[in-house]
Amino acid sequence: MTFIKNIRIQKDKSPQKNTSRLRKMRGYAEDYLFMMPYLLIFFVFTVLPVIIAVILSFTYFNVLETPSFVGFDNYVHLLVEDSLFMLAFKNTLILSVITGPIGFILSLFLAWVLNEFGPKLRAFLTLLFYAPTISGGAYMIWQIIYSGDSYGYLNGILLNFNIVYTPIQWTTDEQYMMVAAIIVIIWMSFGAGFLSFVAGFRNIDKSLYEAAAVDGLKNRWQELWYITLPAIKPQMMFGAVMSITSSFGMGDIISGIFGFPSTNYGLHTLVHHMQDYGNIRYEMGYACAIAVMLFIIMVGANSLIQRLLRGIGD
Amino acid sequence: MKHSFAAVIRGKRVNRSRIGTMAMFCVLMVFAVFMALPMIIIVGNAFKPLDELWVFPPKLWPSNPTLKNFRDMFSVLSDSWVPFLRYIVNSLLITAVGTAGHIIISSMCAFSLAKKKFPGRLIIFNTIVLSLMFNATVTRIPTYIIMAKMNWIDSHLSLIIPAFGSSLGLYLMKQFIEQMPDALLEAARIDGASQWKIFWGIVMPNVKPAWLTLILLSVQSLWGIGSSAYIYKEELKTLPYALNQILASGISRAGVGAAVTFIMMLVPVSIFVVSQSNIIDTMASSGIKD
Repeated sequence: MTFIKNIRIQKDKSPQKNTSRLRKMRGYAEDYLFMMPYLLIFFVFTVLPVIIAVILSFTYFNVLETPSFVGFDNYVHLLVEDSLFMLAFKNTLILSVITGPIGFILSLFLAWVLNEFGPKLRAFLTLLFYAPTISGGAYMIWQIIYSGDSYGYLNGILLNFNIVYTPIQWTTDEQYMMVAAIIVIIWMSFGAGFLSFVAGFRNIDKSLYEAAAVDGLKNRWQELWYITLPAIKPQMMFGAVMSITSSFGMGDIISGIFGFPSTNYGLHTLVHHMQDYGNIRYEMGYACAIAVMLFIIMVGANSLIQRLLRGIGD
Repeated sequence: MKHSFAAVIRGKRVNRSRIGTMAMFCVLMVFAVFMALPMIIIVGNAFKPLDELWVFPPKLWPSNPTLKNFRDMFSVLSDSWVPFLRYIVNSLLITAVGTAGHIIISSMCAFSLAKKKFPGRLIIFNTIVLSLMFNATVTRIPTYIIMAKMNWIDSHLSLIIPAFGSSLGLYLMKQFIEQMPDALLEAARIDGASQWKIFWGIVMPNVKPAWLTLILLSVQSLWGIGSSAYIYKEELKTLPYALNQILASGISRAGVGAAVTFIMMLVPVSIFVVSQSNIIDTMASSGIKD
């Protein structure tokens, strides 16, 4: 073993760096072959669409004619003239600034609380919290809960206890739409990130806590801050990526319950704006410009949060 | 009595006050009720007779449970001009092939990424982590153009092949394989086992928790595919699409709709119930390290 390692180190130190790199790559030919199928598909369906979106965003393209180059026109129009884009941007920001952190913190908090209890209760509640995210169209039940007549569950309860006297139009009244949407999104925010927290808390070395108790940590809150959170930092970074990505990409759930377009565009998000231009008006160049903006916002927010979270425990 | 209750709901831990534990239990229950209510409504509605579906005040649970909604579902669907079985077969095919391919192809890639120090592995892995940071909704339009160019419109390939390349699955698999002891692989290599043999004979059997997780994630997304932008032929459409047609026919079918939602939910939820502990094991290694 050590013999083999020594040879490798000597290779790395060889003066002709380029040939050694090539030789090194040849040594891993089998691995490149192994990765080929995945990387090919990943490139065609994940990387290439981003590249195409960026290119098309500088063109006018209506699917029928060949795209014509228009420079920054699409972006200028988006930022200067398209007031609906600004509204969609504002709505997206409100929705994700509220649901992203709330979903993240709730996932983290509930996973931590769950960890305080026995395995049976923990397994059952993990299932209960995770189920809405994996149940496909289950969120459509909110349509019936929010139904604007007295048969809707929410109105039914409020009317029954004389809290309101006429049914409220939860999904179409601008006053309530946003809150109603936020509740649904939070209901669906216990996804892969939540599971990651549950797993992270469970795997923390128990002897750390005993040692800390000897060292004088008084209660569970001190434990949380000094031991638990630093120990699950990697899981928190993963969970943050999951919740940011899904909160900015929220579109179909909103259209499903609140309709598309929503009343006075009160829940019009960037995803909806993009769909409007892409799938209805066939202005692909413009739709791609919206997509690129959304991409920049998502990746930007993610890198920002990663940088913030990296600071925990430093 | 009190003591035994506390002992049941909490593991023995230091630094725990009983009042604190009780308070946390209450908080947990409040959220559990919020999370469970919509689910209970779905299950309840699926078994309600029509005259109980629209009553005031609304009832959570049927007083005369019935299977009529499930029977109605089949009679509604037997009227469609494409045999109902066709939708089921389509969904099963897409889910099975997509999931199997995804697991094999992404595990192969994950194995090399996790265990080999080839040049370029950092840039590949960082690109994959970056791709977790945006949503496929963003690239819907260019993806449609790619599908059209490849002549995959009206072909199940447009649903199956992209599923092979899911980046979350690859990421979780790579993180999990990374934790396998190197000595095991090195020993096999010295014995002269080929790359494929090491992968198939040693790595794959040892990462069962990870592939159960990939099965869940992949089945959940493929089984849920309803109306796709790439499929227009009726005979190629999926089960959720056919079932959504029932939901779309409005209030009179609310009971059948709930039955449909209930049946669609059962598949991913039961996979999770069966493999929960394995999935949690996999998620333990999901963290993003610097």
